Amino acid sequence: MLRRSPPADALTSSAGTRRLPLRARLRRDWQLLAMTVPAVALVIVFHYVPTLGNVIAFQDYSPYDGVTGSPWVGFYNFQWLLSDPEFWNALRNTVTITAFQLVFYFPVPIALAILLDSVLSRRLRLFIQGVVYMPHFFSWVLVVALFQQILGGAGLLAQTLRQAGHEPWNVMTNPDAFIVLVTAQSVWKDAGWGTIIFLAALAAINTNLYEAAAVDGASRWRRLWHITLPGLRPVILLLLILRLGDALNVGFEQFFLQRDAVGSEASEVLDTFVYWRTLMTGAWSYGAAAGLFKGLVGLILIVVANKVAHRFGEQGIYKRS
Amino acid sequence: MSTRPVWQERPTVFGLTLKTVVLTLIVLAMVYPIYVVVLTSLSTARAVTEAGGLVTLPGELSLDAYRELFGGGVVTRAVLVSTGVTVVGTALSLGLTILAAYGLSRPGSVLHRPLLFMFLLTFLFTPGMIPSYLIVRELGLIDSYWSLILPTAVSAFNLVVMRAFFMNIPGEVLDSARIDGASDFRILWRIVLPMSKGVTAVIGLFYAVGYWNAFFNAVLYINDNSKWPLQLILRQYVQQGMSLVPNQRAVDTVAGYALPPNLAIKMAIIVVALVPVLLIYPFVQRHFTKGVIIGAVKG
Repeated sequence: MLRRSPPADALTSSAGTRRLPLRARLRRDWQLLAMTVPAVALVIVFHYVPTLGNVIAFQDYSPYDGVTGSPWVGFYNFQWLLSDPEFWNALRNTVTITAFQLVFYFPVPIALAILLDSVLSRRLRLFIQGVVYMPHFFSWVLVVALFQQILGGAGLLAQTLRQAGHEPWNVMTNPDAFIVLVTAQSVWKDAGWGTIIFLAALAAINTNLYEAAAVDGASRWRRLWHITLPGLRPVILLLLILRLGDALNVGFEQFFLQRDAVGSEASEVLDTFVYWRTLMTGAWSYGAAAGLFKGLVGLILIVVANKVAHRFGEQGIYKRS
Repeated sequence: MSTRPVWQERPTVFGLTLKTVVLTLIVLAMVYPIYVVVLTSLSTARAVTEAGGLVTLPGELSLDAYRELFGGGVVTRAVLVSTGVTVVGTALSLGLTILAAYGLSRPGSVLHRPLLFMFLLTFLFTPGMIPSYLIVRELGLIDSYWSLILPTAVSAFNLVVMRAFFMNIPGEVLDSARIDGASDFRILWRIVLPMSKGVTAVIGLFYAVGYWNAFFNAVLYINDNSKWPLQLILRQYVQQGMSLVPNQRAVDTVAGYALPPNLAIKMAIIVVALVPVLLIYPFVQRHFTKGVIIGAVKG
């Protein structure tokens, strides 16, 4: 009874509230607003204000004159950027690393999830899951330090080789092998965690399909090909598209940390380029231009990737909630 | 222990062996490096010398390395800094995220759409390192611990995860509380939060790990190395190999007094950075498998 009466209805359900005058809605919702305001304030200060701050890319910014006092220089910084061989080196490294990891990192969680899913003992599976998820929570400094202790010049591998009378080689300082090294580190750190979403998709596949196929004489591999992989298709496509939309983001810390060991030629990516070029020299506007370039290309890639997702009949990322 | 369904063919011996070997190797690849590091950190100088570096088989053990680290000095201070930042940061982040997630959980409330949109838009565009740095400097936060907390205090991703979870709580439960005259703060505290312990634990872990592992922000914003958090110390003394005990050789030769070897100290720093994660992780891990995150990722 009470729930049908107008005031209670206005108090509880969201349908039809737009008809209420703003003042009544405010009286009803002020607590919700008050709860949201602090987080909104932080996002404005640390996300939206810096986003606007990117205008310094079109200035010759100096901290003394500030954004309002610094002279405008149009696209000068971008012209400088495009004629800078170091920028092209960083861009090339970034794209190469993304492409390499698409081939050698991306399939690993899928394969690992299928393997884990085939483990019959629940307990054993949970144990292995617990172990492989764990490195996701280690910092990059820790991961790099661990790799150094195992594979580095003074590490366990070199130590064992030396004691066996062989000449050790140092994987950690070889620029040519760097791309393999960083991919191996990424696999070690995050491939296990990456299985979570695939395991969920696997669990959602109807087991009757497997049973029917088996009864019809489909072998293990045929079932994998005709049931498991089609079942994973939406998730694989979604993650693939997301990764493509994120192509210019390969992370900062992993490359920053290993720059000294292998040199900037092999290890410089866009983020580290901005750091070294700007914070070390004070070329604020130039660094902002490089960052803005990366942000805009990233934005375009995400929008395009999302279009592609819709084309494939997938949800994409806009409809997150 | 579940059994093989009847329709599934018997596993071949070869297949089973291969699977066991592969899984064992994967687990070893995760566990063995940690085992070696922990063991070396607990070894005496003699054991390290005998092993010729990292210790793989337990020999003579001692806690000297840890005594050295926690006897005051650089590492002790860094652990305090990191702990403080993690505790304060996690409490603040979790509080703000819960409040905002609940505040945005009722479609149709005032400003619901634009505010939600503001958070979602952050997924599409990151402001960039330089403008962010300039803002932090403008606010006078360089060399302040707040620079390690405030810029990353609210993660839009965690907020969306939490909100998706809150929205799954049956509306009838909340409606009846509202009709009984409970305020939103009270509903959140008394009804919603007790129903959301799992997701709160997971998001809390995400934030805590983020603060404990924070490296990039510290590199950018903390110039004063007496304020460095643990991750920067880890980089300087372990990855870059600087010695914590500069006159080690000279002291080492004093008869009858053996300092813990440099290597054990370095490994002990790694362990100190590792242990909090290893300790909290098992308590939260069971929630991962309960699909807390999956629902969110798909949500």
